[in-house]
Amino acid sequence: MGLTAMALNTVRYYFREAFTSLRRNGWLSLASIGTVTVSLFILGCCLLLVLNANKLAGALESMLEISVFLKNDLAEEQVRRLREEIKFVPGVAEVEFISKEQALEKMRQSIGADKLEGLDYNPLPDAFRVKTIDPQQVPRVAGEIAKLAGVEEVRYGQGLVEKLLMVTRGIRMAGWVSMAVLGVAAVFLIFTTIRVSVFSRRREINIMKYLGATNWFIRFPFLLEGMFLGVAGAFLAAVTVYYGYFLIIKEVSALIPFFPLANQLNEISPVFACIIGLGLVIGAAGSVLSVHRFLNV
Amino acid sequence: MLRLYNVSKVYPNGVTALDNVNLHVRRGDFLFLVGPSGAGKTTLARLVFREELPTRGQVIFNGKNIVRLRAREIPFHRRKIGMIFQDFRLLPQKNVFENVAFALEVTGASPKEIKKRVPEVLGLVGLEGKAKMFPHQLSGGEQQRVCVARALVNNPLLIIADEPTGNLDPETSWELMKLFQRINEQGTTIIMATHAWDIVNAMKKRVVALAQGRIVRDEESGAYSYGA
Ligand SMILES: Nc1ncnc2c1ncn2[C@@H]1O[C@H](COP(=O)(O)OP(=O)(O)OP(=O)(O)O)[C@@H](O)[C@H]1O
Ligand SMILES: [Mg+2]
Repeated sequence: MGLTAMALNTVRYYFREAFTSLRRNGWLSLASIGTVTVSLFILGCCLLLVLNANKLAGALESMLEISVFLKNDLAEEQVRRLREEIKFVPGVAEVEFISKEQALEKMRQSIGADKLEGLDYNPLPDAFRVKTIDPQQVPRVAGEIAKLAGVEEVRYGQGLVEKLLMVTRGIRMAGWVSMAVLGVAAVFLIFTTIRVSVFSRRREINIMKYLGATNWFIRFPFLLEGMFLGVAGAFLAAVTVYYGYFLIIKEVSALIPFFPLANQLNEISPVFACIIGLGLVIGAAGSVLSVHRFLNV
Repeated sequence: MLRLYNVSKVYPNGVTALDNVNLHVRRGDFLFLVGPSGAGKTTLARLVFREELPTRGQVIFNGKNIVRLRAREIPFHRRKIGMIFQDFRLLPQKNVFENVAFALEVTGASPKEIKKRVPEVLGLVGLEGKAKMFPHQLSGGEQQRVCVARALVNNPLLIIADEPTGNLDPETSWELMKLFQRINEQGTTIIMATHAWDIVNAMKKRVVALAQGRIVRDEESGAYSYGA
């Protein structure tokens, strides 16, 4: 008996009251849940997009390397020295020498030997293939290598890195903005729902005060109601995003087999944790604000 | 058990509802609070219930200065007092049993306690057969008895009734007074604000008369009149 039994009765009471209110508010409850669902659905989509864009960026970036073409008449000694110099450029991870013969062989393989039939000399220069530690440093490293003696030309996927980074940044921004706007709308709707609950129970609340109910006893069912609205909306959003996502990646991977997609559950589970967590936060925020404002206890 | 020391209450709009009131209510008292409309009877009840704070003075209840009560202590103070109003204040969507049980529920009582205690008090007020009925199905007198049961269910030290017979016909009022009399005989202190002069005169209880916020008369087994 004692304190735990009392707490149990009280908890039972809280849940009963919260669900009575939810039922009584019918459409408004549904509207709140719907708004939470939509805002968190968008959040989920954005998060998954960013996740995949990051993964794609990573994959592309790891393929990104700098091609350094050498002047035609360098001695073997000069080539070796140049290789050392490139290795010492800050940010360089790996340097690989590709001779003009190897380059031609590669070209033969990729475009077909028959098309190079009439070629009686090798027009390709010797080259280094340079990888950087951080893909973001590709432009700078390339610039520094270009200044070294013996280098004819430096080439890399110019602009590709920048563009990719900009796209992910853009998605992330759009995600945050729409999430913030819709999140505020969701908080406001829950705020309104709880306000209606509080007003429809004004009489009851007054009587409760006369009967010596503590403030928390009066407040708690309303907070519970709001949190339930938030979590219910989040749950719907999570389910929709989950099934929608796996449907989409099935299609995409059938279309582009090697596209690097986040398809492991442990890769995407933080997204769902985020959705549910934010649902709870939205619900709690809406009801706390409403209770604070409209429940003078 | 209840003492008011130099209590004044000025409402924010400047109305002086109570003016330097001193009052001592002993355990087991049955006290009528009389006086013309606007004399400050309801205000006095509100101060004791800690719904309002006095502008000046102290209110001591059961050894505690309730002016200095912290916000979270107020509910526990209120559980020691049963309030009864002229307009009943029952919950229309709850039946008689649930209305009375509500007072226990807000204190965190167990279903077992509720099942035991509610029929007890309903028996005491003579409503044992009407537990399943809703307030709108009851007569005014019956509704007021539900309120008495609700006020009693937490074993309060004091019952404050503010014009409890205001909406009742004379015969029903008398029945209710007999109920209060019985409750008082079992040891519960009662303060009743009323305009029912015939009841006050017949009951021969302590009478405190207020006029314009001042106590103008305080008599054991007094009569209604509050002087010129
Ligand atoms: N909340 C309030 N704000 C401002 N003035 C108030 C408030 N409540 C009461 N008053 C004023 O205080 C005075 C005393 O009111 P109170 O309700 O205590 O009288 P009462 O004796 O209970 O009257 P009645 O017999 O009509 O119920 C009145 O002049 C009233 O207008
Ligand atoms: Mg009054």
